[in-house]
Amino acid sequence: MEVRLVHLSKYFGEVRAVNDLNLEIKSGEFVALLGPSGCGKTTTLLMIAGIYIPTEGEIWFGDRIVNDLLPKDRNIGMVFQSYALYPHMTVFENISFPLKLKKVPMAERRKRAQRVADMMQIGHLMDRKPAQLSGGQQQRVALARALVKEPDILLFDEPLSNLDAKLRLTMRGELKRLQKDLGITSIYVTHDQVEAMTMADRVAVLRDGRLQTFSTPDDLYNRPQTLFVAGFIGSPPMNFIDATLVQENGKVVVKAEGMRIELPDELGKRALARAKSDRVVYGIRPEHVHLDPEGDIEAEIYVVEPLGREDLLDCRLLGGSVMGVLAPAGQPVGPGDKVRLRFEAEHSQLFDPETEHTLLW
Amino acid sequence: MTQQTVTAQVTPHMDVSWRARLRRFTTPAFFTGPAFVLVFLFFFLPVILTILISLTDMSVATISDIKFVGLKNYIRIWRSRTTWKILRNTFIYVGFTLTFFNVGLALVLALITTHIPDRWGTAFRTFWLLPRITPSVIYAIMWTWFTADAPYGIVNQFLQIFGVEPRNWMSAQPWLVVIAANGFVGASFGMIIFTSAIRSIPVDFLRAALVDGASTWQRIRYVILPMIRWPILFVVSYQTLSLLASFEYILLLTDGGPGFYTTEVWSLHAYHRALSNYFGNVQFGYGAALAAILVVIGVIASVIYLRVFRFNEMVAEPKIEVI
Ligand SMILES: Nc1ncnc2c1ncn2[C@@H]1O[C@H](COP(=O)(O)OP(=O)(O)OP(=O)(O)O)[C@@H](O)[C@H]1O
Ligand SMILES: [Mg+2]
Repeated sequence: MEVRLVHLSKYFGEVRAVNDLNLEIKSGEFVALLGPSGCGKTTTLLMIAGIYIPTEGEIWFGDRIVNDLLPKDRNIGMVFQSYALYPHMTVFENISFPLKLKKVPMAERRKRAQRVADMMQIGHLMDRKPAQLSGGQQQRVALARALVKEPDILLFDEPLSNLDAKLRLTMRGELKRLQKDLGITSIYVTHDQVEAMTMADRVAVLRDGRLQTFSTPDDLYNRPQTLFVAGFIGSPPMNFIDATLVQENGKVVVKAEGMRIELPDELGKRALARAKSDRVVYGIRPEHVHLDPEGDIEAEIYVVEPLGREDLLDCRLLGGSVMGVLAPAGQPVGPGDKVRLRFEAEHSQLFDPETEHTLLW
Repeated sequence: MTQQTVTAQVTPHMDVSWRARLRRFTTPAFFTGPAFVLVFLFFFLPVILTILISLTDMSVATISDIKFVGLKNYIRIWRSRTTWKILRNTFIYVGFTLTFFNVGLALVLALITTHIPDRWGTAFRTFWLLPRITPSVIYAIMWTWFTADAPYGIVNQFLQIFGVEPRNWMSAQPWLVVIAANGFVGASFGMIIFTSAIRSIPVDFLRAALVDGASTWQRIRYVILPMIRWPILFVVSYQTLSLLASFEYILLLTDGGPGFYTTEVWSLHAYHRALSNYFGNVQFGYGAALAAILVVIGVIASVIYLRVFRFNEMVAEPKIEVI
């Protein structure tokens, strides 16, 4: 089922929880809604589910506007962060509840519930109460309940955030495989960017109720559209430096105090064409800056943070700006050491400081 | 207190141990003391006095020469033919008021006011609480006017529109009036309890039910009611006990009439015999015996409620989550 949100808004009094949101989700697609706390992810999901009535705008399922459709008529499955398993019902009763409400005969209810439960590997727990299950098992029951009515659309509201790190990793893979196998259009709310990037076909980044970008994880990471997205996606975060854009000897060069970077011709041309002034925000990810005795940028080590596989070095450029550098673990350097840095210029990002929009993509 | 127990165990020193043991007794005594004194003065003492009086022939006539008569009063109650009528009345009164009003109507009100916009719900509940803070006598007088004999009475005026013959409702349908008058006040207690219980259901359950395909009614039946079953049981048991002991509205409205004991319930009967000269001769002893039986019924009912409904679990200590 294809889902379209058209100029969708939801106000709570003065609060604009969702503000003029436009989103087109393809049939069978797995879309993540990503954004910091309070940016309107849950509100969007609840509007799609039919729990909240939009203040403005339209929600389309296929070729039908569903604004006035009751939740029970939308054929949606939803998994809540709290799982929301009814404590007074057994696992079987929980899973088959949507079927009971549809007046499906008992024999068929049993069959379908058992089938979904087996698929989720909880078939042997049917007689237990939710309180007698582990968090991971509860999660599977919640998923089974969402799937049992063969929904057109699956909605997830941070379903993995109550699991421990290892289980989360397992469930991430399972969920993604399940979604691909079943081909159910899915909308997945999370504030965990790794979750969004690894699971989703496309990621919609929200901020203060507004859509920032809607693109593939690859674009999001390598070709961020806005300064916010560039800083929000990626850990450790991208380095930003206020700089000027100049032309020297036919080359486009980004300059800041203690830093000079020649852009590759293609990038340089694009940046020049779009820049409204010579002032820009220069961005580069820590993994694209290297310690290199041949490098042409001088810096001083400020802090070394071992991350296990890598070390994160905070280096101070001559101009005073601090730059995170990811280097293989066990670097023979310490705070106060003078080093030289080499930037991978082809991985540069440039943003307009006024509009905060990219100058490159 | 746990801490003190530990102290007592780990300190070998005799003197400290002795003091700790004393403290272990004095601290709880200090805190529970006032409540204990109150319960003793206003519950145990009256009960004991009532039972003592019930074993005598104390009445207005014999007040100067009270004799101990053993279980004679109880035997009289057992033999009296009115006893069974009054017992039946008590069951009717408690049963119907409880089912249709104190629990039934309370539930309906709580459900309605939590399913309409909040402002209206709160306003409605506040409005419904008014009779509870109105003095009983004024409330009873309002019902008297309300059901007054033809051609007066709001009920008559209203029902006339539908062609219903005007009548004196208080004597035509005394039970209806007594139960309704009690119930409309009584329902507010359950309404408040049920409302807060419904409010405290985590919103995800309510949303999940809608997404699972429940209509409003199905959500009430399969999710909300099961989730508030403990508060419902609490109100059932609590209100049974208070209805058993209550009689002031009946006293003010019908005084047990009309006619011979039509709406006389057990507690009202005890009052009439012991304290009102309805019969010319006030029989303290006989009334006390009636009251003592009521106390016994109440205590038995409480014990059953405590056991069967596992009250301890209902009032279990809240699990405060570490943040
Ligand atoms: N029922 C409500 N009444 C008033 N304001 C609300 C209501 N629900 C949400 N809001 C506000 O709308 C904004 C968006 O809330 P929402 O729950 O959609 O955020 P979220 O992105 O899901 O955040 P989180 O990651 O913390 O769950 C917040 O500012 C919130 O305070
Ligand atoms: Mg949320």
